[in-house]
Amino acid sequence: MTMVNLTINGKQIQAPQGATILEAARGAGIHIPTLCYHPELRPEGACRLCMVEASGARTLVASCVYPVSEGMVVNTNTNKVREARKTVVELLLANHPKDCLSCQKSGDCELQKIAADLGVRKIRFDGGERKAHTIDCSNPSLVRDQEKCILCGRCIRVCRDVQGMSVYSFARRGFDTIVAPAFESDLKDAVCTYCGQCASVCPTGAIVEKDDTEKVWAAINDPSKVVLVQTAPAVRVALGEELGIPAGSIVTGKMVAALRRLGFDKVFDTNFSADLTIMEEGHEFLHRLQNGGVLPMITSCSPGWVNMIELKYPELLPHLSTAKSPQQMFGAVAKTYYAEQAGIDPANIVCVSVMPCTAKKAEAEREEMCASGYRDVDVVITTRELGRMIREAGLDFAHLPEEAYDSPLGAGTGAAVIFGTTGGVMEAALRTVAEVVLGEELANVDYHDVRGMEQTREAVIKVGEVEVKIAVVHTLASARKMLERIKDGTADYHFIEVMACPGGCIGGGGQPVPVNSEIRRMRREALFECDRASELRKSHENPEIKQLYDTWLGKPLGEKAHSLLHTHYSAQKR
Amino acid sequence: MSLTERKCSCCGCDNPEKVQVDAILAKFEGKKGSLIPILQEVQSLYNYLPKDVLEYVAEQTRIPISEIYGVVTFYSLFHLNPRGRNIVRVCQGTACHVRGGKLILQTLEKELGIKAGHTTDDLRFTLETVACIGACGLAPVMQINDDTHGRLTPDKLPAILQRYE
Repeated sequence: MTMVNLTINGKQIQAPQGATILEAARGAGIHIPTLCYHPELRPEGACRLCMVEASGARTLVASCVYPVSEGMVVNTNTNKVREARKTVVELLLANHPKDCLSCQKSGDCELQKIAADLGVRKIRFDGGERKAHTIDCSNPSLVRDQEKCILCGRCIRVCRDVQGMSVYSFARRGFDTIVAPAFESDLKDAVCTYCGQCASVCPTGAIVEKDDTEKVWAAINDPSKVVLVQTAPAVRVALGEELGIPAGSIVTGKMVAALRRLGFDKVFDTNFSADLTIMEEGHEFLHRLQNGGVLPMITSCSPGWVNMIELKYPELLPHLSTAKSPQQMFGAVAKTYYAEQAGIDPANIVCVSVMPCTAKKAEAEREEMCASGYRDVDVVITTRELGRMIREAGLDFAHLPEEAYDSPLGAGTGAAVIFGTTGGVMEAALRTVAEVVLGEELANVDYHDVRGMEQTREAVIKVGEVEVKIAVVHTLASARKMLERIKDGTADYHFIEVMACPGGCIGGGGQPVPVNSEIRRMRREALFECDRASELRKSHENPEIKQLYDTWLGKPLGEKAHSLLHTHYSAQKR
Repeated sequence: MSLTERKCSCCGCDNPEKVQVDAILAKFEGKKGSLIPILQEVQSLYNYLPKDVLEYVAEQTRIPISEIYGVVTFYSLFHLNPRGRNIVRVCQGTACHVRGGKLILQTLEKELGIKAGHTTDDLRFTLETVACIGACGLAPVMQINDDTHGRLTPDKLPAILQRYE
């Protein structure tokens, strides 16, 4: 790599040729504030907050897009730069609501932080024309408030470049410019999968998850209701970030304790139903493999992904596993099996789930998700919302004791916990499928070929005499490429795992912000740590799952399992 | 109804409009950066850009519909709604402003029963404002199609409008 020498703030540094001033500065530990810049998106140079003085340039330059050159002298901290930055923020604030105190993004807002960092005390341009827009709360997952939009374009870029959906674009021009889906429709009428990556990268409160915490408080405070909660695998390794605990910390026990103190009657684990998913999906795969079923079979636990295939590739729906996602299996089992066992009228059960995902909110509202005779899952909150509830209740999270999940829907194996990362569902399925096929215990349950962060990975796994060709895909842009390959017949896999979000659920649209590849890596490591620390690491060894099949459900893919745990898909027209 | 669902009324074949749109698309097939010329030609076909036709263009060119919408709303030459047979452009530039251009606009809005930027239900007139047409000596001024009408007063307007069918 060719390096160039430059001076930033009097400090001699080297940076790779082609690097931007911003990258060079950050590499040397020099902070330049940014807003439209995001480390994982193509820089756009839209907000001008990162302006610096660079030798050879006539004006201040946007450091996020300006390349370094040999002998360049850069100053990031002169009066001229500071004044210009402040002016940029003042101009943004002149056309921005001043309701920070009651904004859902308060505390996590990058604009708020920058205004504070730069010491903006008065806005010289206040009182000018203000944009007025209606709020889009048309769908179960995301809320868009255009008045809070600063036109940084991060949502446009993540949706187009990472997710390949291009729901948003800049529309109109000048002061009227807005970010909008085609024809300025609501998200419910756009080809939106509700994956929430736009909310995850939005620096302000312009795109946020739909807040359902009031529904949860109402259920908890209703004495006639029995309120159950399930927690998705990826929540336990990210929730800490909401509560001042470093990224990558495993907070399972404290989370369970916190949920009890919030007032939930029973604290259960989605890991239980992830194991159940593996039982059904694994057997479905074997059935397809041995009976000439539609292959490749593709996983169906990521609702953003399911929305995408229903919206864009309905002709490929027969490839999707009919197994419901762990969230929905949990709901169906809780309001039938558990209700029976505990002697509770399912009408009085409120099923709450804590998910790393905004699309899960929409999944729970799907019409067909009422196998129990009731809404299987009543309320879905994201990791961020649970963090807010814990803060609202004033719990001292860091000092809570470690508590265990309730039974009989609270046991989960190591196979279940890795559902939260890309490759995890595949690895969990292989552990069970291999033992079912071989009829004997596996010596080693770690499938390292399946792990990794490349957006598309493939491997050939020997299961007994059979060579199973598998692929693992994450992000919707990569998923589309895979679907195109299935269409043109060049994807000769048996089994494919797809997760909508980068890194899988650890990078889900409902997870704490900010998120980047390093934070995702730490969350992922934590999940593998949970797996390693588990006594049981194969779904079919879960004693509560065994009991469920033995005493109530019968066989995997059996009649009862079929009606409760499997579903169907249909093309979505919008 | 989408463009592909519309059928020709005489024989049930693909509708002739679709055939024409397909011809435009074929002309630019494989050429990058063709969106604006495609939209221009499609607009000259319909006089505006119908939603279903834009969706068809998006599908065929594989350009996201959101992006196409962004381009269409960026340039004032593109129109998302049907245009009138006669385009009335009322000048609101500085010279016209000081000589009562606003009153001319208000009178036209009243006469036509529409606001600036809109089209009459019978598609006879579309009313627009412009910042200057370079005829300040005739202020206040308006253009209807290619005709320029100057030294306007509100009472002259009905007779002028009557000349355009």
